[in-house]
Amino acid sequence: MENKIENHLVESLLREQFGDAIKASEESYGMLDITVSRDKIVEILHWLRDHSILQFNFLTSLCGMHFPEVKNAELSVVYHLHSFINNVRIRLHIFFPANDANAPSVIELFPTANWMEREAFDFFGIRFTGHPDLRRILNVEDMQYHPLLKQYPLEDGTRTDKEDKYFGR
Amino acid sequence: MAKNENIINGVVQTEEELKQYNYLNLGPTHPATHGIFQNILKMDGEIIVDAQPTIGYIHRAFEKLAEHRPYYQVTPITDRLNYCSSPINNIGWHMTVEKLIKAEIPKRVDYMRVIIMELARIADHIICNSVIAVDTGALTGFLYVFQWREKIYEIYELICGTRLTTNIGRIGGFERDFSDDVWRRIQEFVDEFPAALKEFEKMVMRNRIFMDRTIKVGPISGERALAYGFTGPNLRAAGVDYDVRVMSPYSSYQDFDFIIPVGTNGDTYDRFCVREEEMWQSLHIIKQAMQKMPSGDFKGDVPEFYLPPKQDVYNTMEGLIWHFKIVMGEVHVPKGQVYHSVEGGNGELGFYLVSDGGRQPYRLHFRRPCYIYYQAYPEMIKGAMLSDAIITMSSMNVIAGELDA
Repeated sequence: MENKIENHLVESLLREQFGDAIKASEESYGMLDITVSRDKIVEILHWLRDHSILQFNFLTSLCGMHFPEVKNAELSVVYHLHSFINNVRIRLHIFFPANDANAPSVIELFPTANWMEREAFDFFGIRFTGHPDLRRILNVEDMQYHPLLKQYPLEDGTRTDKEDKYFGR
Repeated sequence: MAKNENIINGVVQTEEELKQYNYLNLGPTHPATHGIFQNILKMDGEIIVDAQPTIGYIHRAFEKLAEHRPYYQVTPITDRLNYCSSPINNIGWHMTVEKLIKAEIPKRVDYMRVIIMELARIADHIICNSVIAVDTGALTGFLYVFQWREKIYEIYELICGTRLTTNIGRIGGFERDFSDDVWRRIQEFVDEFPAALKEFEKMVMRNRIFMDRTIKVGPISGERALAYGFTGPNLRAAGVDYDVRVMSPYSSYQDFDFIIPVGTNGDTYDRFCVREEEMWQSLHIIKQAMQKMPSGDFKGDVPEFYLPPKQDVYNTMEGLIWHFKIVMGEVHVPKGQVYHSVEGGNGELGFYLVSDGGRQPYRLHFRRPCYIYYQAYPEMIKGAMLSDAIITMSSMNVIAGELDA
């Protein structure tokens, strides 16, 4: 099935509507890749979902990211949206500092985000404001750290007697 | 006197407040759930009022593991996602890396992959559908079609040496060309499986007991299914014809002629029927691929990822260099981020790969269809009987490995 709309149309419509909230955009491997400001993410997702032409009706995935060396934008949430009508995909990023690890929840728009956000909280400690049931999901409840943050080694993050370097990693 | 019973501590209680519910732990290791799932059910008699799923019992931190392994060593991790159709996961991952490094893959590899992936889809659906039959009390069909899954596993074994966690193929193609024995066995399977599948359908599909147990059990509407992120047979059973093989064809799926079956009610029976029809379509695709099989190489030209044959390693300079570079993880990988998805046994299996140019992925996120649609389970079984909850779970084909990653 062919894509019915081009990436640059999506980009120009977004820039026209939101202007400064669109911080960066590029096309990588055929997918439009847009960085937006955290405050506007819910509004932008809502607009993309309900737009009469674009109709990004499907949240394919939502995941956290950690870039410890980027100061004041250590954490990130990545949204993959898919418009079934136009068969076009888009990727949205938001960045925020690690000491303010909050992101707005998008459950109201996409109920499927529920467990995806719980997973991102579990792995990265990102608190999704507005989430009704933000608990750990894959790891045990009494775990003391968020294991996918880069500072934790592969094996048990609380152990100090093991170092990854002894395993050739 | 009846009136006084409604008063507790001087407060008149409504009927709802007086009602007592039972709480039932279904799982974690209940034999009827075919895997480690826990659901705390709030029951009114035998009717389920609410369910609270707990997952993560076999969580193995694959996303963290993948950040510590070179690209070719991530393949065995993907085996263990949906272990009923491991080759689809393996090949999906290989194609993600090929997309990142912009490798050109020969048509022959594409067609060979299509054959393996469709065999895997049949193996996946055989298990799911025959287990639905088991949960309605028909054990015979399950044992009967299981020998056909065994034949598929024998084909895997001849190609890559393993059966369940296949680790099949490599980045760039296959380890070796399929032997004559493999081709003969695939042909045998394509010729003989339809009779068995027909017999299984004859026993189950229009069976009064089976229909009574599955029709209007665990239904979900198309809108709710989309909102919950359903993909694959479960979404198609609800009437939405979304299939990754058609929407964004990979591995030359555009060359084949096949139908996407859809259901109407999104109930257990529709899910069963959609999977049945998909098996027929898979057979149809395999036949076409075998007929149109192009000649050519069984691997692409990606020396930086594809381990050279041992003979070259020992006898040529380049072979030795590449072997050393690949094993020591010194190969060049472009920086970038790529999302690639394939139609797995349960739906859209996506790989979101972020590369910083290092030997291992900077971040790898698996979009696991099971994990995403299992959150709709409480909604689907609300108001149903306990026995319907079991059958709804098997018809959703929730695979613990994919759920927990």
